[in-house]
Amino acid sequence: MQTNQILETMRMIDEENLDIRTITMGISLLDCIDADSDRACTKIYNKVTTKAKDLVKIAETIETEYGIPIIHKRISVTPISIIAAATPDTDYVKFAQVLDKAARAVGVNFIGGFTALAQKGYQKGDRILINSIPEALAVTDYVCSSVNVGSSKAGINMDAVRDMGEIVKQTAAKSTLGPAKLVVFANAVEDNPFMAGAFHGVGEADVVINVGISGPGVVKRALEKVKGQPFDVVAETVKKTAFKITRVGQMVGKLASEQLQVPFGIVDLSLAPTPKVGDSVARILEEMGLEQVGTHGTTAALALLNDAVKKGGVMACNQVGGLSGAFIPVSEDEGMIAGVRSGSLNLEKLEAMTAVCSVGLDMIAIPGDTPATTIAAMIADEAAIGMINNKTTAVRVIPAKGKKVGDQVEFGGLLGTSPVMAVNPASSADFIGRGGHIPAPIHSFKN
Amino acid sequence: MRAVLTVIGKDRVGIIAGVSQKLAALQVNIVDVTQTIMQENFTMMMMCDLPEKADFAGIKESLNSVGETLGVQIRIQREDIFTAMHEI
Repeated sequence: MQTNQILETMRMIDEENLDIRTITMGISLLDCIDADSDRACTKIYNKVTTKAKDLVKIAETIETEYGIPIIHKRISVTPISIIAAATPDTDYVKFAQVLDKAARAVGVNFIGGFTALAQKGYQKGDRILINSIPEALAVTDYVCSSVNVGSSKAGINMDAVRDMGEIVKQTAAKSTLGPAKLVVFANAVEDNPFMAGAFHGVGEADVVINVGISGPGVVKRALEKVKGQPFDVVAETVKKTAFKITRVGQMVGKLASEQLQVPFGIVDLSLAPTPKVGDSVARILEEMGLEQVGTHGTTAALALLNDAVKKGGVMACNQVGGLSGAFIPVSEDEGMIAGVRSGSLNLEKLEAMTAVCSVGLDMIAIPGDTPATTIAAMIADEAAIGMINNKTTAVRVIPAKGKKVGDQVEFGGLLGTSPVMAVNPASSADFIGRGGHIPAPIHSFKN
Repeated sequence: MRAVLTVIGKDRVGIIAGVSQKLAALQVNIVDVTQTIMQENFTMMMMCDLPEKADFAGIKESLNSVGETLGVQIRIQREDIFTAMHEI
């Protein structure tokens, strides 16, 4: 082992904020289904607290022995809309509360899976779950919720889009942080370790370990060394860096899976920023030669970054999954926040960026008086981008109560700070009022 | 188990002695050492062999306190993280 390689790894961790963003244990709750909701909740609590009993302890041992920070330990479960549908209950808040209690008991940071998959239509449980979201997120601390409203294969459920516009508003009315724990997806993936959108798909094994890596600071630093060089060099540099980062993710996932005696699922090759200086995706784009993120060229820079991260990472691990790409949450990225403050980055540009990276409109504060139909229309636009481009897209916007464009909203911790962003004031009400279904695109018929 | 120990800090008398005495007391075998002065900083790397079932957290803590006494930063990490990142 060469001295400079040892120093390089240590510098990545110490100065460039390389970390494992999350070890997420996916747990199937299909064997907890019961017609009696109290019995179902007892089974859920027992299964989660048994399977994840050692998750935090083992993750902390890995941190100590290998010197790599593991920021979050999380759990994802089977969508509750499926589990709870067997009960006669007309409200699923109880299920969110039991997940919260289990998360607290095992000491994880979040538990995801208060979820409904309604891309083609509602089953009974979907509708009840969606209506329970505002209350569920207000009375719990650790529970995250997601709803899939569209897919490339099924089209877009515009009834669900309309309803989710309302639900986002109601969630914001009940709690400030609630909307930060709620994400509306198109093409949601079943093995995503990142929150708020993690859930454990029904096609997954009983229990599985997924890992989400991070490290925008490392990529930024690597690009500083190739200033002014052509994009071929930029792409190669990102690939090599992503490879190294991902190898650490693969190692940590393998260790966790062996020690927990749970199969290793996937590594999610994502560049996930935090509000800390030196941990920003926006600053990578600027390093490529943009004065400020949001200006012309941002979409191309992001497309290159997203693709090169995947190419480098895919060689570095056995199984890749989740969202895999670059994340562009506004409030969680110091460079994005600066872009919004300076007026360079707006919602329209962010929407364009979501067409070429792995997520969607993420952690964006909007004025509190934004109509539900406008939020629904934002969801429809993102779902359309996802559906047509065969990619995951999402909307996680936070209507900030009583706040106007330019005001600040503080979320705290990893969720950061966000300036309230302007939305288009023209109405989309009649468009959303139509409801129904946008059919799947022609290229979905591949059989 | 193999681990990489790094010592970085301002050069002074007794760093190597202090660190290796502590390692001996902890039953940690030194397999390889490199040492240099980089940008006026004492930089030493050691490849170590820890006894099976060693109390890693305990060893880490004792080394931290030695580091405080000597005015240097001592880090110990299992070797695998470096090989994972730099070797295919």
